[in-house]
Amino acid sequence: MSAIPKEEYLFKCTSACAGCSSSLCLRYVLKAAGPDTILVVPACCTSVIQGMYPGTAMNVPVYNIAFGAAAACASGLSNAFEARGEKTNVIVYAGDGGTGDIGIQALSGALERGTNFLYICYDNEAYGNTGMQRSGSTPLGARTTTTPGGKPTVKKDLDRIVEAHNPPYMATACSAYPLDLYKKVKKALSIEGPKFIHILAPCPPGWRYPAEKTVEMGKLAVKTGTWILYEREFGKLTINGPSKTAMKKPVPLEDYVRGQGRFKNVSPEIFDMMRQQVEQNIQRLSREEAGVC
Amino acid sequence: MLTIATGNKAVADAVKAAKPGVIAAYPITPQTEIVEQIAEYVTDGELASKYVPVESEHSAMAACIGASAGGVRTFTATSSHGLLYMHEMVHWAAGARLPIVMANVNRALGPGWNTWAEHTDAFSQRDTGWLQVFVSTVQEAYDATLMAFKIAEDERVLLPVMVNLDGFALSHITQSLATVEPGDFLPPYRLPHAIDTENPCVYGPMTGPNDYFRFRWDIERSMRDAKGVIADVEREFAERFGRSYGPTEDYRCEDADVIVIAMGTLGKEAEVAVDRLREEGIKAGSMRLRWFRPFPDLNLAGKEVVVIDRDYSFGFGGVVAHSVRSKTGVEPYSVIAGLGGQEVTYDDIAGFVRDRHPGKEMWFGVSDHV
Ligand SMILES: Cc1ncc(C[n+]2csc(CCOP(=O)(O)OP(=O)(O)O)c2C)c(N)n1
Ligand code: SF4
Repeated sequence: MSAIPKEEYLFKCTSACAGCSSSLCLRYVLKAAGPDTILVVPACCTSVIQGMYPGTAMNVPVYNIAFGAAAACASGLSNAFEARGEKTNVIVYAGDGGTGDIGIQALSGALERGTNFLYICYDNEAYGNTGMQRSGSTPLGARTTTTPGGKPTVKKDLDRIVEAHNPPYMATACSAYPLDLYKKVKKALSIEGPKFIHILAPCPPGWRYPAEKTVEMGKLAVKTGTWILYEREFGKLTINGPSKTAMKKPVPLEDYVRGQGRFKNVSPEIFDMMRQQVEQNIQRLSREEAGVC
Repeated sequence: MLTIATGNKAVADAVKAAKPGVIAAYPITPQTEIVEQIAEYVTDGELASKYVPVESEHSAMAACIGASAGGVRTFTATSSHGLLYMHEMVHWAAGARLPIVMANVNRALGPGWNTWAEHTDAFSQRDTGWLQVFVSTVQEAYDATLMAFKIAEDERVLLPVMVNLDGFALSHITQSLATVEPGDFLPPYRLPHAIDTENPCVYGPMTGPNDYFRFRWDIERSMRDAKGVIADVEREFAERFGRSYGPTEDYRCEDADVIVIAMGTLGKEAEVAVDRLREEGIKAGSMRLRWFRPFPDLNLAGKEVVVIDRDYSFGFGGVVAHSVRSKTGVEPYSVIAGLGGQEVTYDDIAGFVRDRHPGKEMWFGVSDHV
């Protein structure tokens, strides 16, 4: 951890919920990016976390933009800086709704155009800002305010959508592994072109677990193989340390699911489907890393 | 330099002369030629702008917002469904006080796909905080686009400007065009509140009722100031380049008994109708409304007025007729004509004046005075 600078770009006393792991991630993202950075934020929890005008909880410029427009706005910003002949990190920090649902067209366009920026999606697997409605990223079986009986469909595979655009760098990360996230942001920002990092960010009120368990929850996501940490550099996949171990011998999925109120009352059939999905993902990524098609 | 150009080409040439830092655009008929022509200028190296070919109009305006906030001069063009798809970001651009210039080639809205002229698209953005100017000739399309940058970027304004030109009736017709070297009329631009990592600020965060309310008042105050700025810029343009414009273009109005008010190409057509009517002994004049926002102060005292609306607010009436009525107290004869590109000749316009019924509304070719 000694590699991580002491400078803070996200101040204390934000309006985040207790145990909010996405704001923790933002703290590390900004430490990695440094002061020559502009954050583009669509409507999401992060719009609230900044605090209210005229105050700000951020020590870098933040451009707030409408829900579906972050990647396009960043495209314009990045081009403006190129036109000005300046090199500045343009980083989108958006929720899963603003990325995988309403913002996916803008994201796809910006990736395809080769926009020089880093897009980070922090995935709390629901619409946190508006009070925990389902998003495309909500996993199968999870209860949200708009899927009170549990979400009947599986989590949208955002990474495979992004992968289809062939960005030079993409990675997954998890709030429970901040050093891994920090390194990935550093690496991403050293590469020209569009970069994408997808962070799993457990959310106490959304997932319905006690705030102090937020790191444990992230670790369990990785250890059960539910969330796999990897990087894809110029198309080449590398599975990262913690997931390598987990994929050989995953912790039972029950350990992850049991502690979350959103999965209370999932039927044995749904739970079976959840387990199958985890296994399939592990196999798919293992095969890919081994070069087996 | 004197050339022959379409309305679209004139806009593209004005953009070339203005040298924006970033142009982000998405094609839609009848605007497409503008963005194609600009793309060619950029590809050929005649224009050193960044050209961002976005995937939708929502993104086009979002990219312009990002670029403008990044500090550089910014342009886009759209029309009709493109403009409506942008709507959320159209509000955002004005609220963020970004001097983006957008050409809107006025076109009707579906269903019934219709690519011809109508002003409903622009009027649907009426309350967004954008300045709106409507032009009637190829030359005016060029001049207004150049002036739009200067007006938008003036620190007393700092609001986006929409330059409206009628689809096909102006976008695709050719007329002579005198291009200029703007020089220090339009110097290189840097937004005063451009994003600056040396001085980190948050843009557009959550804002409580009192501050928010004050920001809205600031927009209105700038709209009011814009009237003076527009007059200054138009005066300077006239001095430098010899072509003068105003909030309205008045033709034989001084001694007129009846005045025709229309916008865009129909406003120009009305001048020919006025000549016709004068030959018959009817003392008519034409007042082509150029600026729609900020809405000009019109002096119509003692005149009868015929307003032609190429738009309609369903369940209410013609938008221009209503604006004239509420701003001047004059009860006009409201003619709804030219929707979806319906042909309206100067003979037709002369007919509206001959048969005028103050206080009544008539849909040309469809209804009687009601
Ligand atoms: C066009 C539009 N529709 C709906 C909303 C309301 N809205 C604001 S944030 C949000 C959900 C954001 O969810 P996500 O992107 O997952 O981020 P999180 O709030 O979880 O951080 C919604 C629905 C909006 N601001 N704009
Ligand atoms: S709802 Fe979740 S993601 Fe949003 S601030 Fe609270 S803990 Fe963080």
